[in-house]
Amino acid sequence: MLTFLNHLINGISLGSVYAIIALGYTMVYGIAKMLNFAHGDIIMVGAYICFFAVSTFGLPPIVGVLLAMVVCTVLGMVIERLAYKPLRSAPSLAVLITAIGVSYFLQNAAQLLWTSNPKIFPSFLVVTQQNADGTQTVKSGIQFAGGQLSVSYATLITIAVCVVIMLVLTWFTEHTKMGQAIQACSEDKGAAQLMGINVNTTISLTFAIGSALAAIAGVLLCSAYPTLVPTTGSMPGIKAFTAAVFGGIGSIPGALLGGILLGVIEIFAKAYISTQLSDAIVFAVLIVVLLVRPTGLLGKQIREKV
Amino acid sequence: MKKVICMGLALAMAFSMVACGGSSSSAASSEASDASSSTAAEGAVKIGGTGPLTGGAAIYGNAAKRGAEIAVEEINALGGLQFDLKYEDDTHDAEKAVNAYNTLKDWGMQVFLGSVTSTPCVATSAESNGDHIFLLTPSASSTDVLGGVANPLTGTIDVPRKDNAFQMCFMDPNQGTASAQYISEKNLGTKIAIIYKNDDVYSTGIYNSFMNKAQELGLDVVSTTTFTSDSQTDFSVQINDAKNSGADLLFLPMYYDAASLILTQANNIGYAPKFFGVDGMDGILTLAGFDKSLAEGVILLTPFNTDAQDEKTKSFVSKYNEKYGEAPNQFAADAYDCVYAIYQALTESGVASDASASDMCDALIAQFTSPNFVFDGLTGEGMTWSESGEVTKSPKGMVIENGAYVGMD
Repeated sequence: MLTFLNHLINGISLGSVYAIIALGYTMVYGIAKMLNFAHGDIIMVGAYICFFAVSTFGLPPIVGVLLAMVVCTVLGMVIERLAYKPLRSAPSLAVLITAIGVSYFLQNAAQLLWTSNPKIFPSFLVVTQQNADGTQTVKSGIQFAGGQLSVSYATLITIAVCVVIMLVLTWFTEHTKMGQAIQACSEDKGAAQLMGINVNTTISLTFAIGSALAAIAGVLLCSAYPTLVPTTGSMPGIKAFTAAVFGGIGSIPGALLGGILLGVIEIFAKAYISTQLSDAIVFAVLIVVLLVRPTGLLGKQIREKV
Repeated sequence: MKKVICMGLALAMAFSMVACGGSSSSAASSEASDASSSTAAEGAVKIGGTGPLTGGAAIYGNAAKRGAEIAVEEINALGGLQFDLKYEDDTHDAEKAVNAYNTLKDWGMQVFLGSVTSTPCVATSAESNGDHIFLLTPSASSTDVLGGVANPLTGTIDVPRKDNAFQMCFMDPNQGTASAQYISEKNLGTKIAIIYKNDDVYSTGIYNSFMNKAQELGLDVVSTTTFTSDSQTDFSVQINDAKNSGADLLFLPMYYDAASLILTQANNIGYAPKFFGVDGMDGILTLAGFDKSLAEGVILLTPFNTDAQDEKTKSFVSKYNEKYGEAPNQFAADAYDCVYAIYQALTESGVASDASASDMCDALIAQFTSPNFVFDGLTGEGMTWSESGEVTKSPKGMVIENGAYVGMD
């Protein structure tokens, strides 16, 4: 039973990282109707910025996170302006290929700038305890059931941040003017423009929000799994994309649900079936879900009017 | 449309002219060498190599390239036999490695340093064997690079021996066998857990030979789990499996980037067995930001130690540091040794520096397999090579104490 709980906790902690990345994917897809495959690499850039701010320049972690968000937001908007905007009326395949190109560009640029030597992300999500004998113990998580179960602070914070971001995003799209403009664009760009909405600004805004989320995701991803290399974002990015599709791409709560489920399935498959087959099982589950519910778990069924 | 066709024809003509020039006359090849290196003199021996200079494995390729560059600079400064070195990028991909190899061949390469990593080197060693170009790889440790080694599971020889191929590093099975022997001789653990990377020829090669030897020695392996390059983030299941089966030694035949995550995650759940790594673990102490206390007590087998106090190592480490601003790892040392071994073999054989690649290959094979050829390098003293292409040097056991390697023997 304890082992089961342990695996469950590990699954949720892996899933929460997928979920936070999936939120960014789903956000951009929901509005711009494009898969931003460079999302995983913006995450990597965010993690590097935070790494240098905290480790090299000794800034407080919170400043590092904010700096990473600012840099990623600007980067996201620049990418959108240079790479995606000229393709606004091009077929979606062209945009998709461009996104893959941007992804490779970012990875190789990062390698040129920061070399491919792995860097270990500083663990600042810890609590330092003053012991009775004057020594200090650094705790990275809460332990219970006699130390047999442990939940790291990184996991707790990731889940909390996920929920907060989900609520804020939902509120933002439902109740603010900008949010409603975003929703209008996502439904029908042409009609939105006729209603006086600046479609280009709205799409840029979406990229800005998505990239800021990527920065947070990067910091949380690297707090949980601290090895940082220029390809850090690519595999979690693809898994998170899977999670977003699993939960219903375009749906904000779906991204959270899909991410957590994917993490739990992955860990259970590893623990109870085979460490060799875990990825195959994860993607097999995805295929089954998509066969039964093509729009994903929480995806909206949209009827085309003829 | 006409314009496009014209352009295409013009390009095709340009390419064919370049290709003819590169392979036929010596005049054209000296032009190529001028373009690639400024230090090269007339009649320099052309040494080529491929390695991952970009991509996820770039740390290994760049280290090897830099180690070789330092050796070439030193040798050229001596004034005798001159070398001209050229490295091509293979991004740790077999197909790109073959393309890179062909580029080097067009350039007029006479001696081949092989590929830095195993998967591409299996491909380039087959190509160079067909062309009869001598190959000495610094670090591609898979048995398939040399060929002629029986698969430990089936007992058959899958890849026939490539007579031109030699290794500077020790072969994967040797590492696995040596690790099992070490653990058994020194009584390092009674219950052993293994985590290995099952999509990597290096990791699985060591794992297979380790298991073979472990069975022979009666070691108790209680947990075996795997991961792939795609699932190289979360190791909680693997570590918990080892912990729950009561393993007191965790064998990690993998590179240090994955190993650093395992050490961190094991520490987070309070699991502290003895950790035992192989030569891929080398480099863990130079990881930027890595908490060195986590690696305390980690045992590893490696041929090269940056902190060694002999003159050769000290001078190499300081030169590398000065030039590239970081400490060299084992790959750099292996490549450095490769260039020097080729230098020694060419000098002793007395073959002319403008000999064809095939003649040079014959001379070098004769030298390397001759019992009189003994080479002292950074990664070992008194190295010799056998007909099988394997180097005789034994892995040295090191343990990490106070953030530095300490020899175990």
